Amino acid sequence: MSLRSNILDLRKRKKEVQMGGGEKAIEKQAKMGKLTARERIISLLDKNSFHEYDLFVEHSAKDFGMESKKLHGDGVIIGTGTIKSKPVCIFAQDFTVAGGSLGLMHARKITKIMDHALKMRVPLIGINDSGGARIQEGVNSLAGYGEIFFRNTLASGVIPQISVILGPCAGGAVYSPALTDFVFVVENISKMFITGPSVIKSVLGEEISMEELGGAKVHAEITGNAHFYAQTEAECFEQIKSLISYIPRSNAKKALSYPAKAPLKGKKVESIVPVDPRIPYDMRDIIKSITDGSDFLEVMEHFAPNIIIGFGRMDGETVGFVANQPMVLAGVLDCDSSDKAARFIRYCDAFNIPIVTLEDMPGYLPGVDQEHAGVIRHGAKILYAYSEATVPKVTVIIRKAYGGGYIAMNSRHLRADFVFAWPTAEIAVMGPEGAANIVFRKEIAEAENPEEMRQEKIQEYKEKFANPYVAAAQGYIDEVIEPKDTRARILHALQVSENKSVFLPNKKHGIPPF
Amino acid sequence: MSEKKELKELVVQGAVYQTKYTKKFEQRTFWEAPDDRLIYSFIPGTIIDIYVKPKQKLIEGEVLLLLEAMKMQNQVRMPFDGEIVKIHVKKDEVIPNRHLMVEIKRK
Repeated sequence: MSLRSNILDLRKRKKEVQMGGGEKAIEKQAKMGKLTARERIISLLDKNSFHEYDLFVEHSAKDFGMESKKLHGDGVIIGTGTIKSKPVCIFAQDFTVAGGSLGLMHARKITKIMDHALKMRVPLIGINDSGGARIQEGVNSLAGYGEIFFRNTLASGVIPQISVILGPCAGGAVYSPALTDFVFVVENISKMFITGPSVIKSVLGEEISMEELGGAKVHAEITGNAHFYAQTEAECFEQIKSLISYIPRSNAKKALSYPAKAPLKGKKVESIVPVDPRIPYDMRDIIKSITDGSDFLEVMEHFAPNIIIGFGRMDGETVGFVANQPMVLAGVLDCDSSDKAARFIRYCDAFNIPIVTLEDMPGYLPGVDQEHAGVIRHGAKILYAYSEATVPKVTVIIRKAYGGGYIAMNSRHLRADFVFAWPTAEIAVMGPEGAANIVFRKEIAEAENPEEMRQEKIQEYKEKFANPYVAAAQGYIDEVIEPKDTRARILHALQVSENKSVFLPNKKHGIPPF
Repeated sequence: MSEKKELKELVVQGAVYQTKYTKKFEQRTFWEAPDDRLIYSFIPGTIIDIYVKPKQKLIEGEVLLLLEAMKMQNQVRMPFDGEIVKIHVKKDEVIPNRHLMVEIKRK
């Protein structure tokens, strides 16, 4: 054989394997409204940047007639490439090959690229589209999952891990995405659950569709398993590219700097916020009045929207925002919002992203359901996350900052580096209405007209305590600022915090209230 | 302006806030004090057999009925000495979770 014929033979072999499960299966995939694994990788990565490994890997199953079956690439594609010129490691399960089922070699390919990602300190992107464990491979397939979960955990906080759910991801398989930093879902395509509708129906008699049980919207809105929700795969890929631009390659790096931009001249910041703390506004307008180009990549937009988390840039540098949203549930802290914010704070801390906290919240959500759902331990997560975080931490109190929530929202007491307050800020143990009822209980009860007396006392309390100056007098707030100076003050605070270094007691790890 | 219409009230520590609700908040379940004279199903399943009749007097621990769920036959027992007031299920009936099965009263 000549070199030429060897090359032609290689090309032929490659071509055959690259067809995955073959034309019919590819057609079926398209009918489901899904791209193939290869198309997905190519759409997501920079043009011509993808390099594939382990193309010729074959499965090792010997039972149930598997020995005579050929599964191209064993149902998964792995490789490296770039997104916006930044390197990434990627794997994509190929549903056209045996339903993307996970066998031993399939798992080995995934763990190989995971090991690469961790060793090379580059982000890992996993595209999940799999019917689950390959039953014919029995315990070997379980071993495969376990090896993946272990590496997810090992890599957690070292490299960014992104999971993209573009098909079914059921049973044990869901735990790999759950261990990663960001989970992307797409309407009508993503399906995640531990036990499927048929099992639920047979043992519990509850009838539910796959979409209602574990569709994209459910995970974006109800469970909080998903961080980004898109209508189409194309939109999902744009979201991933945007996210990649905000985060560093590993925990040893800072996120890349971009050219500084001024915020768009939209609404004047003073005109956004009503002075009456009981009237809502959209906190995102404040964030956008602060960030470069008014850009803001919101994370978990649809889950617990009473708190907002996400990334923006200030003077070209990535900043993580945590902000109460008065527009939803008055911006209260509750189980879900605490959980959501705490994880994001820990993400930012792990990846050297400074945190800016914008505060406007009346306290914790009252209710038996909240207490019984464990608002104590969930709420504690936020205290833990802020206290433990050593990245620069800046807080701006816009209006209400009452009670335990004030402490939780990156107060001085949890070691905020800078705390600013607008003149509209109210830092108090509780709101004037509640406080007056307790402090002046006797006067109100004994008054000729109790309601009149109540209003009078509320007013009295308001004038004395519903302002930033009591806290400022104690040094709990560093500066009362004019709203228009908010961006400049945060920027300065971040600039002087650039070389922040704090020393925490030496420990193996803490024990956060998971 | 349409946004204004969607606003609802939320009371936190005496103050009434104008705000929107989340779907989860709207669907939250309200707490009811448990009434130990009402025996509810704790799992969806099928009533396999009923061993008691109304007005029958029983002592604590006696089996009232069998509820099969997840391939397990669960014996539902009398929680205290008392009497059967009313039986709300039939043999072979498939019932959901938190379904009222039997009403009883104390001795």
